[in-house]
Amino acid sequence: MARYLIPLAVFIVLVVLLGVGLMLDPRLVPSPLIDKRVPEFALPRVTQPTETLTSADLRGRVSLFNVWASWCVACREEHPVLIGLSHSRQVPIYGLNYKDQRVDAVHWLDSFGNPYVASAHDLNGKVGIDFGVYGVPETFVVDQQGVIRYKHIGPISEETVKDVILPLVKKLKEQRT
Amino acid sequence: MRLVLVVVLIALLSYPMSGVTAETAFEFSGPAEEQRYRELIAELRCLVCQNQSLADSNADLAQDLREEVYRLMKQGGSNEEVIAFLVARYGDFVLYRPPVKPITYLLWFGPALLLMLGIVVMVRFVRRRPAHTARALTEKERQEMAQLLGRNASDTTKDDRS
Repeated sequence: MARYLIPLAVFIVLVVLLGVGLMLDPRLVPSPLIDKRVPEFALPRVTQPTETLTSADLRGRVSLFNVWASWCVACREEHPVLIGLSHSRQVPIYGLNYKDQRVDAVHWLDSFGNPYVASAHDLNGKVGIDFGVYGVPETFVVDQQGVIRYKHIGPISEETVKDVILPLVKKLKEQRT
Repeated sequence: MRLVLVVVLIALLSYPMSGVTAETAFEFSGPAEEQRYRELIAELRCLVCQNQSLADSNADLAQDLREEVYRLMKQGGSNEEVIAFLVARYGDFVLYRPPVKPITYLLWFGPALLLMLGIVVMVRFVRRRPAHTARALTEKERQEMAQLLGRNASDTTKDDRS
């Protein structure tokens, strides 16, 4: 009996493992930056170029750090979700405008609305590299200490906000008290 | 009309090359350094088009990362330092040769383990087989065989013993 059951069991295990492998999205590369401090940066702000946005601005409260660009199609899809989230005033959203021309970025914010407290203008994408950005849009959840707690790759949906991001933000806020 | 077509064709053909021509803007102190750079970018994986190396990829990010590799090399960074720089940002994913650590043990040692398992199974299988066939003939079988061979039973018995 065992000589038939063992190959069958091996086969079933293999099918399950391969099945799980097929379901995984190879585009989602786990970030080594999780539970690390936000990389140091100081960049001019998109809307007020004379002022800077620095990594220090991401400390002190739980915040989102969203990487976006006017040339990014998926960002357009994500934008209404960010606008809705900014209206709910549950968590401040900072932006990293990645490899974008300032005029294009400003035009985008003027036409679609600005959900960001401020956006850093990363023209040559160097800060993006420090954040391990490889597919815009990406969204980081940063805690009070300026430590990255979560990274979402690709556009965030209403569901992601409701099921993942807001619960995490709530949990991180409670950790302080 | 024909001229326009030729011009358009040339423009289209030269377009994908733009990534390559930008490459040549890098200046190396000698062929050894260039060789080191080529080897490095061939061993690092692009995150956008995931089955291409930084050397092969025309993606924007690959271009930027090649520039970073070049910059770090020019600053005197060793191969290890350049690789560490990218791993710190993008994880082990950028390596075509993953490091040996607990999470990759199965990857590194799995094939050897499977080979050993295969050898064990094969050896056991081969050893078990003669047990089925290597059985002494019964007296009846011996006589039947002798008949078939056209000799009498006592001769074959003798032959067997000698």
